[in-house]
Amino acid sequence: MDIIKQGMFRPNQKFCTNANADAKIEVQDLNVNIGTNHILKDVNLTIHNQAITCIIGPSGCGKSTLLRSFNRLLEDTAKTKITGKVIVDGDDIYEKGCEITHVRRKMGLLSQKPCPLPMSIFDNISYGCKIHGIRGKKKLAMVVKHYLEAAGLWNEVKDRLHTPANRMSLGQQQRLCLARGLAVEPQFILADESTSALDPISSKIIEDLFVKLKAEYGIVMVTHTLRQALRIADYVVFMYMGEVIEQGTAEEVFKNPQHELTQKYLSGAFS
Amino acid sequence: MSQQQLQYKTSPYRLLKEKVASTTMLILTLSALLLVVLIAVGLVIKSMPILEEKSLVDLVFGSSWKPMKGEFGFLPFIAGTISVTLVAIVLALPISLLTAIFLTEYSKDWVKKAVFPVLDILAGIPSVIYGLWGVLIIVPWISEKLAPKFVEFSTGYSVLAGGVVLGVMVLPLMVSLFVEIFSSTPAELRQASQSLGATKWQTTKKVMLKHTRAGIFASVMLSISRAMGETIAVLMVCGNIAQMPESLLDGAYPLPALLANNFGEMMSVPIYESALMFAALILFVVVVIFNILSRIILHRLQKNS
Repeated sequence: MDIIKQGMFRPNQKFCTNANADAKIEVQDLNVNIGTNHILKDVNLTIHNQAITCIIGPSGCGKSTLLRSFNRLLEDTAKTKITGKVIVDGDDIYEKGCEITHVRRKMGLLSQKPCPLPMSIFDNISYGCKIHGIRGKKKLAMVVKHYLEAAGLWNEVKDRLHTPANRMSLGQQQRLCLARGLAVEPQFILADESTSALDPISSKIIEDLFVKLKAEYGIVMVTHTLRQALRIADYVVFMYMGEVIEQGTAEEVFKNPQHELTQKYLSGAFS
Repeated sequence: MSQQQLQYKTSPYRLLKEKVASTTMLILTLSALLLVVLIAVGLVIKSMPILEEKSLVDLVFGSSWKPMKGEFGFLPFIAGTISVTLVAIVLALPISLLTAIFLTEYSKDWVKKAVFPVLDILAGIPSVIYGLWGVLIIVPWISEKLAPKFVEFSTGYSVLAGGVVLGVMVLPLMVSLFVEIFSSTPAELRQASQSLGATKWQTTKKVMLKHTRAGIFASVMLSISRAMGETIAVLMVCGNIAQMPESLLDGAYPLPALLANNFGEMMSVPIYESALMFAALILFVVVVIFNILSRIILHRLQKNS
């Protein structure tokens, strides 16, 4: 399988070409309050392009909230207050006048449970493209084929592209969601425990895909499984009670954790 | 050990109560079913005299209604019922759909808190008052402002007036049904669409409406059944003329209005009473067929999605 060459993932080159390999997500003093709960406390971190960053930490420490703040999905929840900056490729996404749909297109989200839209497999992929103004049957068919191939799904579904997407297996659905996200040409992929609902084989396939995809995308992954982080992470962020305790390359954090809490978490003292 | 077993032995009364309770509930449930059957049987028996005298086809498709001459054609009434209901749904559907979309997808919390009680009040107003409102405002408006633009003369008591009043009456029901259905859409589905960069309107139009279309269909059917049976308000503004309505500005005479107006009067003519019972039977059958059809379609929709 030699699909992944530079530029291969973006046959249209309609939006960002990802030419800027130094594009980063920089989070500065991010605070999130939902109701009276202070969920994220003064978060500062940097996420690199063309690498897999794993966010680890015990349940309820704000991992998912942090991830969702990267594509402004938090705002729709009632009584949410967000302060601080999230700078993606030089632009603060929380600045006034920043177009929210553009931000979300740039930051593809892969959620925990696969969530195919209520339409056919073909329409699931072409939906995002149509929204962003790609027209023409030929072009759409090309895009659909391309991204299904990229997600390793083309051979499995090429004969039933027009059947409802929710008839596929769970693992296939998740790969479809990934392909759907890639089809709008994002710069970063935000994965929110994307393998936790899948069987081991399907999650292995997704994991392998991520490793391939990092040649062209920055991948941020929230995970509950330490072993998964050990396998694929280039950078690791450890969070506890809404604070970033430690961040660094995988080697630094796993082999030589500086903070006591990180040591305890990695040794399995709590989870 | 045996001492203990004796002590904790279940009291026979406890089991007896259980039996009595479950049987009572079963009987009550069955009696609701039985009631439907009984009503149907009763209507059929009562309308036998006219069915023996005239053929079913003549009754249902005949358009001449002259009870004194012994001509009983029910087509004008069936057409009246259907046209008034249709106008009501056509008027109410887009309004209620957009209102429900606004309330679930766009509005702030305080707007919802303000709107829902008002909808409840609207739903609770007695239908006579809707009828009065129709007579005092809608009917004059139609006859003075609207009708002169299209026809030479209209009293204003018309299919349109009935449709408007009925539409306003089913509006709160439809809005609350739609709101319920829309809020049952999983949040993940919306987020999935929005994280591809879709706007709220795109998400609503292409994802939410598609996801909930079976529910939307079911609510429309429920509203239509409700609208067909509505009597008083429609009776007050429809004109009650036994003719085939040819335009929206013509008067009409829906089946429930026929029953309410004439039952009790002219009961001395036995064949007339039987005719009215047949009208009730038609209404009953139409509603039943409607329910069955909508269930079949609903089942298909659910299977396809």
